[in-house]
Amino acid sequence: MAVVHRSHKATFEEPPTLQARAMDNLKFIRETMESAASFTAVPGWGMVAVGATAALAAFVAARAGTKEMWLLVWLAEAFLSLLVAGWAISRKARAANVGLLSGPGRKFALSFTPPLFVGALLTIVLLRLHLSEVVPGMWLLLYGTGVVTGGAFSVRIVPVMGLCFMLVGAVALFCPVAWNDYFMAGGFGGLHILFGVEIARRHGG
Amino acid sequence: MARTAKIIKDVSETQDASGERAKLRGVRGREATDNSPADLDRLIHERMRLGVVSALAVNQTLSFNELKKLMKTTDGNLSIHARKLEDAGYIKCTKSFDGRIPKTEYALTAPGRRALERYLDHMEALIKQTREG
Repeated sequence: MAVVHRSHKATFEEPPTLQARAMDNLKFIRETMESAASFTAVPGWGMVAVGATAALAAFVAARAGTKEMWLLVWLAEAFLSLLVAGWAISRKARAANVGLLSGPGRKFALSFTPPLFVGALLTIVLLRLHLSEVVPGMWLLLYGTGVVTGGAFSVRIVPVMGLCFMLVGAVALFCPVAWNDYFMAGGFGGLHILFGVEIARRHGG
Repeated sequence: MARTAKIIKDVSETQDASGERAKLRGVRGREATDNSPADLDRLIHERMRLGVVSALAVNQTLSFNELKKLMKTTDGNLSIHARKLEDAGYIKCTKSFDGRIPKTEYALTAPGRRALERYLDHMEALIKQTREG
């Protein structure tokens, strides 16, 4: 009887409807597009602009009389960079008709921001403990970490840039405090300009 | 690109709204005959070719190896399907040398993009019928 039942059931098993297949096909297309798309809205010339303002900030911060002034200069630079980068990213994404918060863009943002949040939190802690000397190295290291993790969803040059930031940050942590401004200028200024030019050349501004 | 980005968003919304109903109706095979697939583009209906066209729709170019990795397939299988798309004029193949290493790159052509858009419209129409049915 059991054999008869199975055979009877098999007779009525029909293939899925066209509608169900259509849903499945659209899901497949969406997933393929999302996995194939790289977040290429990283702006080359925008990064050059960020690098230029960072180099200027390093120059000004090096001449700041106090640690508080030094920190204030870099906080202002961070805010300015955020504005410049945000504007440049949205401009490039708009030009390429790519949604900023869809697929790779969302993944990039979700991977990039946690290390920056950690950096902000550690800055407060380190300043409270009067350990401001390690802040530049820590900033470079965590910014680089964010770029590497976020860059996993972008073009190959982006994580490479992140690794360079991490390298500069790691070296800065073990070098004399007097060199900190050079590392900040070379990292946030030099690396942004260098990689920005290369990204603009290869992937547009 | 705008069209494909919009489709990615639309597909998610469509699936959220009518996914359950489609599943419920999925076993009633006879209802499918209402949607004749007569004008369905068989060339890109096949999974591998649909994947290749979709991947190229969001990239200016993709190399043979990138496509192979993305589609998780073999050299031979990808070659066969890519050739069919190339013969239909849906994709363009460019062969060059990177130093001494031969490099094959694919790009979606305008007819290929239009074919994908037609296919997406067709799929959307089928789902719309489910919603209204």
